[in-house]
Amino acid sequence: MKPILELKNISYSYHTPEGETQALSGITFSLSPGEFTAVVGPSGCGKSTLLSLIAGLMRAESGEILLNGAPLTENSSRIGYMLQHDYLFEWRTVYRNIILGAEINGTLDDKTKKRAEELLEQYGLAQFARSKPSELSGGMRQRAALIRTLLLDPELLLLDEPFSALDYQTRLNVSDDIGQIIRKSGKTALLVTHDLSEAVSLADRIIILSARPATVSDILPVSFSLENDTPLARRNAPEFKNYFNKIWKELNRHE
Amino acid sequence: MNKISTGQALFLRSLKRRRITVRIARAAILILFLLLWEVSADAGLIDSFIFSSPSKICMCFREMVMDRSIFLHIWVTLYETIASFLLVTLVSILTAVLLWCSRRLSEILEPYMVVLNSLPKSALAPLLIVWLGATPTTIIVAGMSVALFGSIMNLYTSFTTVDQEKIKLIYTLHGNRRHALTKVVLPGSIPSIISNMKVNIGLCLVGVVIGEFLAARNGLGYLIIYSSQVFKMDWLIMSILLLCIMAMALYAVIGAVEKIYEKRF
Repeated sequence: MKPILELKNISYSYHTPEGETQALSGITFSLSPGEFTAVVGPSGCGKSTLLSLIAGLMRAESGEILLNGAPLTENSSRIGYMLQHDYLFEWRTVYRNIILGAEINGTLDDKTKKRAEELLEQYGLAQFARSKPSELSGGMRQRAALIRTLLLDPELLLLDEPFSALDYQTRLNVSDDIGQIIRKSGKTALLVTHDLSEAVSLADRIIILSARPATVSDILPVSFSLENDTPLARRNAPEFKNYFNKIWKELNRHE
Repeated sequence: MNKISTGQALFLRSLKRRRITVRIARAAILILFLLLWEVSADAGLIDSFIFSSPSKICMCFREMVMDRSIFLHIWVTLYETIASFLLVTLVSILTAVLLWCSRRLSEILEPYMVVLNSLPKSALAPLLIVWLGATPTTIIVAGMSVALFGSIMNLYTSFTTVDQEKIKLIYTLHGNRRHALTKVVLPGSIPSIISNMKVNIGLCLVGVVIGEFLAARNGLGYLIIYSSQVFKMDWLIMSILLLCIMAMALYAVIGAVEKIYEKRF
């Protein structure tokens, strides 16, 4: 299958008056359509930088990023990006937060509005459409943020530690929840996380980055022989700890 | 209604009692002060020619209400204050937006803003009179000059301290800088715009009164200067009291706007 996203030899450095810090060095990998890929690596290794480059918010200093075989145009509308925090605006209702993207892109027509309401219904937020974001629980807020991203109908979803701001219990539930939503929608997803078990429970493939400047130190396919392959079921499967240990070893190899 | 527990009832009662005590004490201070003033003026403990007295002030106010002259003075000061306040609000929001749009411009202008903000604006009033003449325009400009530069700096600071991640969100939704301004920066800054307005209304009143001291034929500032020159202390103190009331009322109006905003969001 033709890859949806290809990264070829991507490097990036941050510049400040005090000096330059290389964040990424020669990153190469590709994503197939419908695949759920996780990126793990030591904290501060440049995982978020990687997503910003793919999303077109910053330009790589060298290397090439191809989306569906074509070079990435700035801020491509085929890419959806979910940030670490939900950033729902308190001065808008939940519904008006969700349609923010459509509003900005000028695609807010009756069809989109109807789809927004359907998605709210589907993810159990229908009765909160007119509420303030502060009335939602952490998990519901994150789901609302996901709907905001999905409403733009992106082909590729970038997830930047979207569960890290939640408490542990909510986090398990929400990652289970959102993992399944994304799988059902058949979208390609790239999840950045520092939580190894989250990566193993959600991904088809795990890209392991080294410490800064980040290079790809290994790419690990993940497959579970489960009938009902959900993130929570994976956490209980016997293979889980093998994958976990493998990544753990790989991450600590260079220390 | 839920049944209230004894503990809660006790708490509510003590809360209510405290509020009442505060209110009574506030009123008592005012009444006691006015009484002392009146009595000591009557008894000749203080010279009522210099210190006036509440009853004399009331009489004076009644006279000026009867001949309608007071309304003109109040109206002129009020109108000039509101005009300069609205202009300050408008100009400072527009300027702060402009500075936010161009980081380079704001960097270039920063030292000038600092100097203009720290300059004692009353020093400008005589200059304005020479340039613009002894007209209401001068007084409105004098009112603006006191509040404008601080207001621009405050608003610009609140615009630039908006969470950068929220602006990043706009970009991840494929928006541009204009969207960042209209969807995040401006709506997110409304609370600081309102609190800035609260400061400005008081400062505009100060500027207007300074202007009226120097270049007016009516207005409460003019009345204060005139009555001090002809030693009409009743007029003078009455004008000051009217300024107090006006300042309180203007502040209360903006407080009400703030309440409406908070209720809506």
